[in-house]
Amino acid sequence: MTYVRELIAPQPAPLAPARPLTGARIAGIAILILWALLAAGLIAMVIGGWDQDKFLRYGPRYLNGLWTTLSLVSLAVVFGALLSLPIAFARMSQNRALNGIAYAYVYVFRSTPLLAQLFLIYYGLGSFKPQLESVGLWWFFREAWYCGLLSFVLNTAAYQAEILRGAIESVPRGQHEGAAALGLSKRIAFGKIILPQALIVALRPYGNELVLMIKGSAVVAIVTVYDLMGETRYAFSRTFDYQAYLWAAIFYLAIVETLRHVWAFLEPRLTRHLKR
Amino acid sequence: MSGFFSALFSALDPLCGPVGLFSLFGSGTLVACGEAGWGDEIAFGVGITISLALATLPVGLFLGFLIALAAQSEEKLLRLATGIYTTIFRGLPELLTLFIVYYGLQILIQSVLASLGYEGRVEINAFLAGMVALAVVFSSYSSEVLLSAFRAIPRGQYEAGDALGLHRGRTMRLIVLPQLIRIALPGLTNLWLILLKDTSYVSVIGLADILRQTGIAARVSKEAFFFYFIASLLYLIIAMISSFGLGFVERWAKRAETAR
Repeated sequence: MTYVRELIAPQPAPLAPARPLTGARIAGIAILILWALLAAGLIAMVIGGWDQDKFLRYGPRYLNGLWTTLSLVSLAVVFGALLSLPIAFARMSQNRALNGIAYAYVYVFRSTPLLAQLFLIYYGLGSFKPQLESVGLWWFFREAWYCGLLSFVLNTAAYQAEILRGAIESVPRGQHEGAAALGLSKRIAFGKIILPQALIVALRPYGNELVLMIKGSAVVAIVTVYDLMGETRYAFSRTFDYQAYLWAAIFYLAIVETLRHVWAFLEPRLTRHLKR
Repeated sequence: MSGFFSALFSALDPLCGPVGLFSLFGSGTLVACGEAGWGDEIAFGVGITISLALATLPVGLFLGFLIALAAQSEEKLLRLATGIYTTIFRGLPELLTLFIVYYGLQILIQSVLASLGYEGRVEINAFLAGMVALAVVFSSYSSEVLLSAFRAIPRGQYEAGDALGLHRGRTMRLIVLPQLIRIALPGLTNLWLILLKDTSYVSVIGLADILRQTGIAARVSKEAFFFYFIASLLYLIIAMISSFGLGFVERWAKRAETAR
């Protein structure tokens, strides 16, 4: 009978294998150095070109512009959501005429540039001044801010209608049938069973649409609205200081990243009952 | 020979050629071709818009492919580097990216030239700036599409390539790439349509695309609604034609699946 007479002496853990210097590693280090150089250059630019006077003059204007951008986008998204409801339902209806109209609306607004839509509303409708004055709508189409809002609402409604339709259609048939079997009326079944499930599916696309709207809202600067981009263009045209654009980039990145993180927090939170 | 080709192109010009839209329906109106109207100017703008989008596409796709490759590499540092790239360019408004590229390149080249002893104003080509900005944005979006397509290809495909004794490049080219194109095509189609719309931003830095040409026409003729309507219609037509064409490409790419 054999048995172990001596225990193996404790040994240190084996050495971690040395990571070889592969091409990918070199490329990664090189690109990171490039990014670091770029960041250092930008910081040097901001510190070297720091001007208290400019900061005091344009800082508040930037904050104003930020507020304009945020309020414009949030109003547009809310009104767009309201407008997208009838469009989404028309798109899902059996009525072919209604379906066709909704499809045409969505197709047209999704495949023309936001800038062209904005110009069409601001400059195009603006050229019908006498007619608009006679119906008492001139105060609306005179202001670039309202025109921007209108074009954003029309644009985002088309996108949101598609998001909503896709989400509602993604709810399986069995849910409708289950609700019918329980004797729920169509309206209550929609509100209590279909919509909550659809909105979870739509959560991520809605977040994307919000980000797209924030980014798209920069175009109102071209029709003289002083949003974040407008203030940036104003500051640049006054000072010819490249930093103006860098500050705008920082603001936009901050907004978009904040939204992204809020969504990354919201999604697992709202779908935690689906996790097993 | 070149005379023949230019004659062929002008004969096939869909807007101002002999069988063009504007020359058939627009004569005597504001969009007539030649001196009488704005038709030929707008047709030139359409050419600029389409050529800008077509010039951006290969650059953006190539960059996006490289970024997708880097983003799925095992090297952490490389992933971090590409993460920074996509975060920045997906977060910035396209218009701001365009301005940053347009003025930034100008300042950069000017300062480089100044250090070499050349003191003069440098004007950067708006087409080039637009192309760079749009390609950067396109590449950061297309890298996401390509990355998810890469992830949809099972590991076994790479292992099969190894088992057949193909080296990495050939595995990529013969096995992975054909499947990648098929999977990524719907997403890339979407990005192409977005790119077509984003080209409208270059009108702001003075490139004579559809929107700028119609804008000039609108200002001169005081018929803003009509001309911006024409501009929207042209974008709509281009989008329709390209989604029709890309539908064919998609069916072609999927021909192996439908046979099954």
